[in-house]
Amino acid sequence: MQTIFQNIMGGRRGTLNLAILAVLLIVVFPLAVDIFRLNLIGKYLSYAFIAIGLVMLWGYGGILSLGQGVFFGLGGYCIAMFLKLEASDPITTKIQSTPGIPDFMDWNQLTALPWFWQPFHSFSFSLFAMLAVPVLLAFIIGVAMFKRRVGGVYFAIITQAIALILSVLIIGQQGYTGGVNGITDLKTLHGWDIRTDSAKYILYFINVGLILLAILACRWVISSKLGLLLLAMRDKEDRVRFSGYDVANFKIFVFCLSAALSAIGGALFTLQVGFMSPSFVGIVPSIEMVIFAAVGGRMSLEGAVYGTLLVNFGKTFFSESFPDLWLFLMAALFISVVLVFPDGLAGLVKKWMDRRRDKKPAPRAEPILGGAIENSKTSNGPTSKSMTEPLQSSNPQAV
Amino acid sequence: MTPAEIGGIVAMQGFAGLSLFSVLLLMALGLAIIFGQMGVINMAHGEFMTIGAYTIFACSQLTTKYFPGFQPYYFPLAILVAFVIAFVVGYAAEYLLIRHLYKRPLDTLLATWGLSLAMQQTFRSMFGAKEVSATLPEWLMGSVKPSESIDIPINGLFVMGLTTLVTGIVFLMLYRSRWGLRVRATVANRTMSNAIGINTKKVDRLTFAIGCGIAGIAGAAFTTIGSTGPTSGSLYIVDAFLVVTFGGAASLLGTIASAFGIAQTQSITEFFLTGSMAKVLTLLFVVTVLMLRPQGLFVSKIRR
Repeated sequence: MQTIFQNIMGGRRGTLNLAILAVLLIVVFPLAVDIFRLNLIGKYLSYAFIAIGLVMLWGYGGILSLGQGVFFGLGGYCIAMFLKLEASDPITTKIQSTPGIPDFMDWNQLTALPWFWQPFHSFSFSLFAMLAVPVLLAFIIGVAMFKRRVGGVYFAIITQAIALILSVLIIGQQGYTGGVNGITDLKTLHGWDIRTDSAKYILYFINVGLILLAILACRWVISSKLGLLLLAMRDKEDRVRFSGYDVANFKIFVFCLSAALSAIGGALFTLQVGFMSPSFVGIVPSIEMVIFAAVGGRMSLEGAVYGTLLVNFGKTFFSESFPDLWLFLMAALFISVVLVFPDGLAGLVKKWMDRRRDKKPAPRAEPILGGAIENSKTSNGPTSKSMTEPLQSSNPQAV
Repeated sequence: MTPAEIGGIVAMQGFAGLSLFSVLLLMALGLAIIFGQMGVINMAHGEFMTIGAYTIFACSQLTTKYFPGFQPYYFPLAILVAFVIAFVVGYAAEYLLIRHLYKRPLDTLLATWGLSLAMQQTFRSMFGAKEVSATLPEWLMGSVKPSESIDIPINGLFVMGLTTLVTGIVFLMLYRSRWGLRVRATVANRTMSNAIGINTKKVDRLTFAIGCGIAGIAGAAFTTIGSTGPTSGSLYIVDAFLVVTFGGAASLLGTIASAFGIAQTQSITEFFLTGSMAKVLTLLFVVTVLMLRPQGLFVSKIRR
């Protein structure tokens, strides 16, 4: 029981952080705002899954993926395909030349449902595919890249290229994917109307529950030996390799984990917003997702949630009131998060807390494991040591 | 089909491939210097190209307004201006931003992405959100018709010529000038270069600025092919990076070879399939090759 408290809940401090987040999401937001705004927050929270995945992948694993939108999109599309098939039953689509197929297929002169749409009639298959397709893709990419010791910058460029490929493919194959518009007009889930206010409340709370679960699961990974290895790998990959570990497997694992988290986010996005489109898959959204994690603090799971919320509130507010300013502000965020506060909000809060604690006479003893992680963090300087390594280690030619 | 017609199709197809090749190469040259030689991930590279394109637009506006007689000749001069402006902006960007980040490649990526956003918004505020196109001189319009079925546009020829010229100059500068010697020394061994008295910081700044200037030339050349909008640059960025990575990052020859390979693959698949599918297949091909051979086509012999 004690170890569970220390490892998963993160001791007193971790429990407190999580409790604050839970109260904010479960009590404060639903009471403070109307359902329209709450739905908007739900949409942002579905992005927070990507940010949590990036904390694991980038903060702890030292691997920067610029293709998280791919997994978000794939997860979202799997659910959207199921919902779309349910929404286009033969009765509602009887004015089409081929009733019973999604409307965009009809517009593109398709007369039968393509084979890869068939299994999405089943909800359990769609749920399975929502996780399996992105994880499988991440696994293939991960095996191909990490086994060959491609990392760092090259990995970032290739994931970016994959994001481009998928978005071009989706836009190009209009008849099969809905093209630029994406899959729209989603109505019911097993007859349950997802557009009503009560459904939106329920989906919001499901989303919050899954976020908290995801944070707990990631804490469990971080506090395990695997988490320590991830950190060690990020800081000195070769030493971990020389100690007899197969570095590639850990990287593949954490990449698949982040893909799965993003996919869950994508599915929740589709359910709450009611559509899925390639505008969440391409290069620009994928790189924007990195800033969510960076603003929150690339080493902090809760920070990722706050960062996502803050950036998106900012985006909504500024693009409504001062559209010209928003891109400049975003630019400033990208640059300052790199130059001025590399540990994001979480880093700022931690610094403030540490300063307050230092004023007290007796410093509280840190738990051993937490202390070890803490030390490895602080002694290596703020901006994750891996970044300070020269290009060599990220360069395949070096190894 | 008569043999002459087939010959015509082959010739046109070959020309389309070559044209795309020169576009890709011109796009990637600046990046080959910045990313290939210095190892800096400049996500704002596309925006430096856009600077060049907007410079041409501004110059053409100014010429038609104040010196209409100069209209046929302004273009070459405007390309030089584009180089200078992109060079200056690049120099400033290196001084203010990039030099703090040389040892953190992934962070450079994020910071330069921020830079690109700021530049896009600046373009939008200065030139409006609509796409613009420069008034081109007469001699750039039209096409050459060597035979009945062959029709070669002059702007394509112009871009090809410019690419050859710029590539030649870059080669000369890298391999036959003091600057090139210093750049190559710095790439090979920074500490040692410092020790023998090369001011590597100065070299970095100049190299980055020259790379940006070349991006400006590329953008200027693209105004002969298409129009320019605030976000046009971001369309090129992934292509440019793939060309450089595919060729083997530190090898200029590799960049040329990979631009050629990618351009031919794309234009041949484009002949049989739709444009978007051709793009998908080409990118997939490149990514697959990179997964099998991560170091790219040509490996430089520098010991790191």
